[in-house]
Amino acid sequence: MAALVFLGASTAADEKRLSIYSSVATYTLPVTDRTGREYVGLLEVLEPLGRISARVEGQHWKMRFNDSDGDFVTGRTRAKVRGRDLDLGGPFLIEHSRGMIPVSSLSTLLPRFLGNAVTVREAARRLFIGDIATQVTAQLDSSTPPRLLLNFTAPVNPTISTEPGKLKMIFAREPLVPPANMSLAFENSTINQALFSESNGTAELTIASSSPLMASFSNNGRTITVTAASQAPPPAGSTPVVGETPPSEAPPAVGGTPVTETPAPPASNARRPLAVVDPAHGGSERGAALTETLAEKNVTLGFARLLRHELDRQGFAVILLRDGDDTLTLDQRAGAANAARPVIYISLHAASQGSGARVYTAMLPREGPDRGPFHAWNAAQTPALPVSQSVATAIVSEMQKREFPARVYSASLRPLNNLLMPALAIELAPGPNGVADLPSANYQQKVAAAIADGVASQRQRLETQP
Amino acid sequence: MIPRHLILGVAVLLVIVLSMGIYLSHMRRSAEEMQRLAADTRPIAAPTSGPTETVTLYVADDATGVLRSQSAQIPLPGGRQQRAEELLRALLRIYQQSDSPHPLAPAAEIRSIYLIDPGAAVIDLNAPFADQHRSSILGEQLTVNSLVETLAVNVPGINRVRILVDGSTRETLAGHADLSEFFDVNAVGQAVTQGGQ
Repeated sequence: MAALVFLGASTAADEKRLSIYSSVATYTLPVTDRTGREYVGLLEVLEPLGRISARVEGQHWKMRFNDSDGDFVTGRTRAKVRGRDLDLGGPFLIEHSRGMIPVSSLSTLLPRFLGNAVTVREAARRLFIGDIATQVTAQLDSSTPPRLLLNFTAPVNPTISTEPGKLKMIFAREPLVPPANMSLAFENSTINQALFSESNGTAELTIASSSPLMASFSNNGRTITVTAASQAPPPAGSTPVVGETPPSEAPPAVGGTPVTETPAPPASNARRPLAVVDPAHGGSERGAALTETLAEKNVTLGFARLLRHELDRQGFAVILLRDGDDTLTLDQRAGAANAARPVIYISLHAASQGSGARVYTAMLPREGPDRGPFHAWNAAQTPALPVSQSVATAIVSEMQKREFPARVYSASLRPLNNLLMPALAIELAPGPNGVADLPSANYQQKVAAAIADGVASQRQRLETQP
Repeated sequence: MIPRHLILGVAVLLVIVLSMGIYLSHMRRSAEEMQRLAADTRPIAAPTSGPTETVTLYVADDATGVLRSQSAQIPLPGGRQQRAEELLRALLRIYQQSDSPHPLAPAAEIRSIYLIDPGAAVIDLNAPFADQHRSSILGEQLTVNSLVETLAVNVPGINRVRILVDGSTRETLAGHADLSEFFDVNAVGQAVTQGGQ
């Protein structure tokens, strides 16, 4: 059980990440070092992009993505995809039933599955699927005060921060590619230089200056104007931001979710609060039949993986209670979550009725006579219930900010009753396109981002829980 | 040589005897059936006559995700247990109408309700009630809340309710709502009052 629990843990010790940009979804995956190479889980790479299933047969890891089959053998550098041999450039690995491939193989492997051109910027760990890149051009207006106009080919929503002599824009979700020159020098005493860099799944634009700078958004997020902070106000119709996060009016990046306002996550797992995400059902227990072919257990697993990325981005270490099609009893789920001692537990469900999302806290049964510090197994949640309710309210508030219908309920739903830490269940319901939205990575990502924001807003309270 | 008229006479008599035997057998079966029916005192339809009472039913509404209270005039027997059963059967009939706000299977039934002092009630549902219930947290919880709240408000003295299916314990109603414990009437009442927040 312990092995299963820690199978899905976000390995953030070295903080290596791979960002994947596509027209379907934008997401980030953990990268791990094995035998001197960087590896990533193949299931996690493909899961947001289509229907995928995988199974281990002895030394073979066999998978099916949409209509394409793949056969990988542990320790071998060659694999068979759609009936043809392919060189992975490094041995394939199976770890706890997860198929791991070298990051360097993605540029040849993914086009076989997706039929699209794939560009991998390996040193920066950024992967672009199809023609999705966002270009930037810079133009300095040397009038007084000087203004640097950054024009993007698609709306952007970077995290902006300042430090003496610099204004930094971090593009965590945008498929921003470098301009022709990585470094642009300006013959101006106030704004001297614009420097593009990219690493570890993000792109960064740094503007060097001799005085404090202010950035403002306009043109529906396609233009950022950088001016000296003490100078005249920004152009009409723009939203100023000084050393903070971008304006909420700015449209989301491709794939969906605005960059959040929480500070950058701490650098090591030791300082990260732990969250347990539990994709409900699994294995022989299919959950609700959302359509004739879509089972609740599959939707909850994909949703959980996206939530893992969003919570990870907010600085939480994350454990998935199942990261495959495994059968777990409710007592096993409760036991595993209690043993991991997380600051929060989130169970994910999906339903074909209603719309939006429903957030549940435990409806506790009546406890027997007072047993002092001891609580019955079915009422273990009692001490944590007030914090659970606060987090549920915060999540619903985040969803409502995004005009996403959501409500808080209480429900007699196991294993919520048996958990010692703040615990919630979230039921994803259809969106504007009906049940078809439920497996959509874009739809799920919007909800996952709101959940992560809501949880992050209660982080201090969660961390001070006994 | 037997005369022809004698043969015919014997044949006619045989036919008459046979017919009488068949008729007698039929008459005996009819008499037995009438006796059996007379001895069967089980109700075959809801009482439609007798004094009616105004009760409050808590009806689940899938569209809004809450329970709404609805007054109804239904004939109720005198005994507490029979009253409880008629109450929930009246509630179930609403859910089985074609325009139900929270559809339940046509084959769903309340088998029995047992009132156990002090303050406990056990609702025994039939298997199709659970087997054909739509699977979702909200849908299942609304059903549970509706049964518990309707019972608790109209039958005084109940403070906890257990739900069985076909006389046996079941882990969940349809994959979500936990049926393994007694429901606390106060907790359900609080959830019903607050609805979604």
